[in-house]
Amino acid sequence: MNPDLRALYQETILDHGKNPRCFKIIEPHTHAKQGFNPVCGDQLTLFLDVRDQHIHDISFQGKGCAISMASASMMSQALKGFSIAQAETLFQQFHSAMTDVNVNELTHPKLKVLLGVKGYPNRVKCATLAWQALESLLKSIQGTSTTDVVCTE
Amino acid sequence: MTTSPQSFDLRTRPFDTAAIRADFPLLARHVHGQPLIYFDNAATTQKPQVVIDTLQQFYCHYNANVHRGLHALSEQATAAVENTRHIIQRFLNANSANEIVFTSGCTHSLNTLALAFSQRYLRAGDEILISTMEHHANIVPWQMACQRTGAILKVIPINDLGELDITQGLALLTEKTRLVSLVQVSNTLGTINPIQALITAAHAHQIPVIIDGAQAVAHLPVDVQALNCDFYVFSGHKIFGPTGTGILYGKQQWLEKLPPAFGGGDMIETVSFERSTYAQPPHKFEAGTPNIAGIIGLGAAIKYLQQFRFADIEQHEQQLLLRANHWLAQTENVQLIGNSSHKVPVISLYCEDVHPHDLSTLLDYEGIAIRAGHHCTMPLMQRFNVPATVRASMSFYNTLDEVDIFFTKLKQVRKQFQ
Repeated sequence: MNPDLRALYQETILDHGKNPRCFKIIEPHTHAKQGFNPVCGDQLTLFLDVRDQHIHDISFQGKGCAISMASASMMSQALKGFSIAQAETLFQQFHSAMTDVNVNELTHPKLKVLLGVKGYPNRVKCATLAWQALESLLKSIQGTSTTDVVCTE
Repeated sequence: MTTSPQSFDLRTRPFDTAAIRADFPLLARHVHGQPLIYFDNAATTQKPQVVIDTLQQFYCHYNANVHRGLHALSEQATAAVENTRHIIQRFLNANSANEIVFTSGCTHSLNTLALAFSQRYLRAGDEILISTMEHHANIVPWQMACQRTGAILKVIPINDLGELDITQGLALLTEKTRLVSLVQVSNTLGTINPIQALITAAHAHQIPVIIDGAQAVAHLPVDVQALNCDFYVFSGHKIFGPTGTGILYGKQQWLEKLPPAFGGGDMIETVSFERSTYAQPPHKFEAGTPNIAGIIGLGAAIKYLQQFRFADIEQHEQQLLLRANHWLAQTENVQLIGNSSHKVPVISLYCEDVHPHDLSTLLDYEGIAIRAGHHCTMPLMQRFNVPATVRASMSFYNTLDEVDIFFTKLKQVRKQFQ
């Protein structure tokens, strides 16, 4: 592989991309949301089992590139057991770390590897697809969103 | 001394790929340290130096608005724009230059027709016939027309090779059909459709036919009178011209009958607050200041292309396709979407092991520009049950060596990604 691509396709990302964790439909689930990237056609569905304002279980299914699959996989692992408020905080952190040139901090150690995607601007949307679906779900849990499908555009 | 497009030498040039490549300055550049292989020609083509020079000449020497100024610059600009109209007329073999309308692109041309037809010719229950392999630009405007009028969209299916199902297409022509709008060459599959048969069949029912030639004009000769289509549309930037230029060819009698889609300056005869009267076609459809520099540049692009014989272009492009198919036969676990025996050099691939988006990035770092995604043909992706493809679309300036490098690198990066 071209050495200039190493920051994008790090081993962890390739591993999660090929063998995504939490890749299933959890039954029962309390919430589901489809995320769609119209630029490339990638889509995934995020499932949450929320109990007492906590993410009791989380999973996803879909088809996408290594970056979008890895990001969804790592996000799902990170969020298990989080409260809705904690999940919202993590989303905000991740979102600004990926989209704001001045922010390069992520307190969650396992997610830091995804920051490499920032160097490849046309791939940032791949990394944020699952997170957009998450944010939309969090909003609907909090009663502020009604869309069925969330788009990266 | 300014140059307008008519000053090109029209002698047929021998087909020499190296000499042709030298005409396109961008093809000499490197990307990520590698010599560029530009295989994204279905998205947009590169521009020959003569087109770039024409734009510069216009802005340096005769930039002015058209059809209104009485000064020398405006006269010169107007003459150059109208000269392009004649160049396009000859290029398409239209009966008259008045049948050539300038638009901002193929999408604008199709929307203009959808707006015009829905004002006067479409009623609730009428049917508009398109096909599964249409670009979104030939789907969405008609869906919008259906929403406005209550008309219904009907779709000609395709077979597994990516060819129109003509039998079903003919069966879908009914007394309710008001309009047929078909792509001549698919941007995703490369398929060249037998549009002649469908035009003849539609005309037997007195149904007008629009042909979307966006992906055809750079690859094969088009004669609108021989085709006998009622409308023919294409974009300038896909035929080596500037972006923001497009053509709407319409038969004179149709352009006279259709109402204008947009109002403004240039498209009127007289205006009062009570009522306005419209100019004759083509100006009736050209509201506002057009893309003057772009149109003149498009004229230069067409003249440039006309130095070559289409037979030579087609022969070279078929060789590229043949070489690509030769490689494909020895490439494992790859699905070619679009297997018609009658196609332009467009290779749409789906590999199970590496997602198209990743392949696109990996190849980009090898200097290869291809497109990954749905190519604005989402219904077609659904038809073949793939989320996206990697598309290598070639042009007459591409070489057999580039095809070899593409497939060698494709094999390499797939292996590295395992």
